[in-house]
Amino acid sequence: MTPRLLQGNEAVGYGALAAGCRFFAGYPITPSTEIAELLSRELPKLGGKFIQMEDEIASIAACIGASVGGLKSMTATSGPGFSLMQENIGYAIMTEIPCVIVNVQRLGPSTGQPTSASQGDVMQARWGTHGDHPIIVLSPISISNSFDLTIKAFNFSEKYRTPVILLMDEVIGHMREKFELPDSSRLELYERSRTKVPPEWYKPYDDSFSDVPIMENFGSGYRYHITGLFHDVKGYPTQRLDEIDPWIERIHRKIERNVNDITLFDEDQTTDANTVVMAYGASARSARHAVKLARQRRHKIGLLVLYTIWPFPEEIVAEAAHGARRVIVPEMNLGQLALEVERVVGRQKVRRINRANGEMVTPQIILEAIEEH
Amino acid sequence: MDEEQHSAYTYLRYTKKFPNVWCSGCGIGIVMGAIIRAVDNIGLSKDDVALISGIGCTGRMPVYMDFNTMHTTHGRALAFATGLKLAQPRLSVIVVMGDGDALAIGGNHFIHAARRNIDLTAIVVNNATYGMTGGQYSPTTPIDSRAATAPYGNIEQPFPISELATAAGASFVARSTVYHAVELDRFIEQAIRKKGFSLVEVASYCHTTFGRINKLGTAIDMMKGLKDNSVTQKAAEKLSPEERSNKIVRGVLWNVDKPEYLELYDQIIQRAQTSINDRKPRSKEVTGGY
Repeated sequence: MTPRLLQGNEAVGYGALAAGCRFFAGYPITPSTEIAELLSRELPKLGGKFIQMEDEIASIAACIGASVGGLKSMTATSGPGFSLMQENIGYAIMTEIPCVIVNVQRLGPSTGQPTSASQGDVMQARWGTHGDHPIIVLSPISISNSFDLTIKAFNFSEKYRTPVILLMDEVIGHMREKFELPDSSRLELYERSRTKVPPEWYKPYDDSFSDVPIMENFGSGYRYHITGLFHDVKGYPTQRLDEIDPWIERIHRKIERNVNDITLFDEDQTTDANTVVMAYGASARSARHAVKLARQRRHKIGLLVLYTIWPFPEEIVAEAAHGARRVIVPEMNLGQLALEVERVVGRQKVRRINRANGEMVTPQIILEAIEEH
Repeated sequence: MDEEQHSAYTYLRYTKKFPNVWCSGCGIGIVMGAIIRAVDNIGLSKDDVALISGIGCTGRMPVYMDFNTMHTTHGRALAFATGLKLAQPRLSVIVVMGDGDALAIGGNHFIHAARRNIDLTAIVVNNATYGMTGGQYSPTTPIDSRAATAPYGNIEQPFPISELATAAGASFVARSTVYHAVELDRFIEQAIRKKGFSLVEVASYCHTTFGRINKLGTAIDMMKGLKDNSVTQKAAEKLSPEERSNKIVRGVLWNVDKPEYLELYDQIIQRAQTSINDRKPRSKEVTGGY
């Protein structure tokens, strides 16, 4: 297949199709709309369904409903819409229904700057919905990476029965790069497992064999109950502590125990570095360039690019920072992931670079930080 | 033992989930019975029925019934149901909501589901209050009624539920009460059979909160009230507009045949797939092997 120029948002759309996504519900919002436009065109070609809902709350609700019906489902939005989706993200976590939520971040709060770049939703992606919960959040740095991480997002979502958030930013969403669609046979896709027990024995939240119970879809002959209330293994509401406690533990354990599988990153010469730059999303592009320039000036610089930002990859970060005198964390916000880096490597080691005005953190700014002593 | 042979037991999770949460004398159970009788009359397999609800007293209904059941978030049941129906068009998807759930927090989803004319059956149990939270005023509380949050009387106009659905684009709209159980069975059956968005508005009551606050008596008194204050459509025609405005008009208020969303979407799929066959090489490359 010949390479062509593709936008990050378009790459997410094609990534979703490649992952087997056959349902998209969304509401127009800058800077994410191209994803919806592309899927409104491409999904019906594959027999899939696209629907433009009346708002973002309905969009994620429809995605969860379609997922219960057995389709891999996705929605895409930006800050204001992401805020509206929070309650139903919690519902998907509570009911363990897979779906992918793309948030192409814009500058906030509120309407903010729709076409300006930002990484201001890092903490919202982690803690936006109420109550204690785990979450998986991936953040791409390029067009091909957007494609790959969209597939990963679907795979993790199905594998761990959890909503996965693809946290884009406006730069990656709207930027164009050369992209070549990989051969579909080379892609690793995860399909929902099917139960082997007959319907009368099926328990939708049976965790006796795995922390991730097997999900059957409605209409398959396996009738059961789904509720956002705390529930027992059969899905029925419960107030029993001996059912609530193990549930809370399991829902966290199924992510925490698999953090090695979920953590995606790129590490470059961190072992004997004096300074390590840790970045994600569009800021990682600036970081990569700054590191290259610094190495030309013979600085011993390491680079850690995080594609998985939640669950926060503590071990990888600690290891990369080990031996380094300084850790530089550039972000297009006032220091959100830096809080986590500080927690892991110690506050005195961390030099934050923050920009929250819609402009990117440039390589020059990072280079200056590298060179300050 | 005789009771266990009653046909309704087939449809209930009676060994697991009973007794139910509703106050004795509540009308919601009658609606649940009507849904069971309608499904039984049509002869639908339990596997082919999905019952979706939001939050509130009516929202608790699905857990008691042996279908594919989903208790979703407040107001959003129709949006969840829309996704499920698109993914599994074969399912008969019934959505049960209370008045607050369907018309306040879920009002937007209500009118848009009707506007799309998607093949869902919406059943709104209207008790004119938020029962579960203790009797606050809802979008169907009558003017001047008192509520836990309207101690000096309600000053907001109530929504006419059926008229709203009709105006928004529904295919089938009917209204009955929990007193008129036989009629209700029939309307729900018609609504499930109808292709397109159908609404059954069921006038009920909440003696525990609304009735207590407004001194309307017991559940039996309020049930009698539904009997005395409702008229058939035919009888309503003979009343003056003033007389009619105080009555619950029962009947199939709207029943039209028009294109249904899923049928139309199948045409979209056909159009898209036809254009693939005609497409230029460039777009073929992009769609690739997926």
